[in-house]
Amino acid sequence: MSILTFRNVSLRYPQRAGNRPAGEASVLEGIDLQVASDELVAVIGRSGAGKTSLLNLAAGFIAPTTGTIAVDGVPIQGPGADRAVVFQDDALYPWLSARDNVAFPLKLKGIPAAERRERADRLLEKVGLAEAGDRPIWELSGGMRQRVGIARALAAEPRFLLLDEPLGALDALTRSRMQEFILRIKAESGAGAILITHSIDEALLIGTRIVVLSPNPGRLSAEIEAGFSAEILAGASVAAVKASPLFKRMQAGLTGLIHAAPDDEVAA
Amino acid sequence: MTLSTEIATLPQEAAREPSRPARPLPVAVISTLTVAAILGLWSLASAYALVSPVFLPSPRQVLLAAYNLAVKGFVDATLAEHVGASLYRIFGALAASIAIGVPAGIAIGTSRVGRGILDPIVEFLRPLPPLAYLPLVIIWVGIGEASKITVIALSMLPSIILSTSAGVRAVSKDHVNAARALGATKGQVLTQVVLPSAVPSILTGIRIALGAGWTTLVAAELVAASSGIGFMIQSAAQFLVTDIVIAGIVVIALIAILLETIARRIERRLVPWAAHR
Repeated sequence: MSILTFRNVSLRYPQRAGNRPAGEASVLEGIDLQVASDELVAVIGRSGAGKTSLLNLAAGFIAPTTGTIAVDGVPIQGPGADRAVVFQDDALYPWLSARDNVAFPLKLKGIPAAERRERADRLLEKVGLAEAGDRPIWELSGGMRQRVGIARALAAEPRFLLLDEPLGALDALTRSRMQEFILRIKAESGAGAILITHSIDEALLIGTRIVVLSPNPGRLSAEIEAGFSAEILAGASVAAVKASPLFKRMQAGLTGLIHAAPDDEVAA
Repeated sequence: MTLSTEIATLPQEAAREPSRPARPLPVAVISTLTVAAILGLWSLASAYALVSPVFLPSPRQVLLAAYNLAVKGFVDATLAEHVGASLYRIFGALAASIAIGVPAGIAIGTSRVGRGILDPIVEFLRPLPPLAYLPLVIIWVGIGEASKITVIALSMLPSIILSTSAGVRAVSKDHVNAARALGATKGQVLTQVVLPSAVPSILTGIRIALGAGWTTLVAAELVAASSGIGFMIQSAAQFLVTDIVIAGIVVIALIAILLETIARRIERRLVPWAAHR
């Protein structure tokens, strides 16, 4: 069991008015968060609340101004294969086939070509794209691309999956199918996960825990446990879960929490 | 006119409508007509001796000269040998300028120090007409093949360096970040992500360089050479063999078009994904 920990993390940028430094813009303040391997923590909040910054910090793309981010107690030093990222616009390599994209992390490790191919094919099968290995990625639909992106992240055998609105660019139908898919893949992989999302429904359906990020500066303003993902994994249908009174109540509650946050944005 | 007759005429008008816009002439046809017209005017001008044949031989004479060039040759070499000498120079120079230009472009695109060192050199070289430094190159490297190849390579370098550095700098941030989060080292990011994504830009640079190089080649051969298509034209001009001069010019143009076409083909074959970014 691995644990990803944010301890008192803040992120600030120096600001300039003309040529003179003019204080700091604060993106995130006082973030304390723990994510364990058996969890999928969904981060919701309005645009500009710092959701993506939070994920970039976890990935190690940016360093926090104060505080530490650690995996199993060891502070992270930049990006690493223990925390694979799935991007909103897939970030697949167009010069590689679907299979070679999935095999990319294996190539980085210096694994021989035959084994790479075999393992990539197994992952493609797992994400339902067994036939698509040889196809160039620009021929694939948005949903298929995200599956390739997830297979690529899994190939790195990460301890944590960092999902940056992976379904944000998909149509509604594909999106709801992919939500269940992510839920199952994540449970199978045994990795912990952080999911950034705009959608309260999505957060409730696949998150084991939901944290609300309120803006200016970004703080964790609420945190609730949700058991719907366990119900779906145990065999309940998504439609039935969504129709339950508890789901509706939590949905309304989260909507209230997001809108209750201080609204400097409108004034700006 | 009654309403019924009006209605009766309506469908006929509607039926006539789709055929109304005249089909425009395809561009290829217009171009062919233009070339034919120029050839026709040329034939007329020489047939009626409007211009002295010394200055403007007839198309037939030029064709004959081209045939003789291909079979018997001119100034100790056949057309194929002259063209071969020229192509040898241009591809030798291309290989040299890729070997130097691509690493230099990567240095400019990825490192502040690299940019600081190489930028002024490239910016100095880029606007210079190659013939301006040809005399200096001849003093330094001598009159042999090396001087021609050096001058052509220098004229090709800026576009290869600049297109490489532009391609390297245009790499998607997500592509780089994805690789880093999948465990790539700095070197792996460069070889596995930055370079492949710069290939379309580098190929475009090579295509532009080929054009620039071909221009420089002919000019360099006019000044100092003992073989090559430019040298052939220069010699023919000294003996006032105008038909060979014109045949040579046509061959130069045809080769340039051929090189461009082949380069485009290679681009499409090598980076089909560039159109889908």
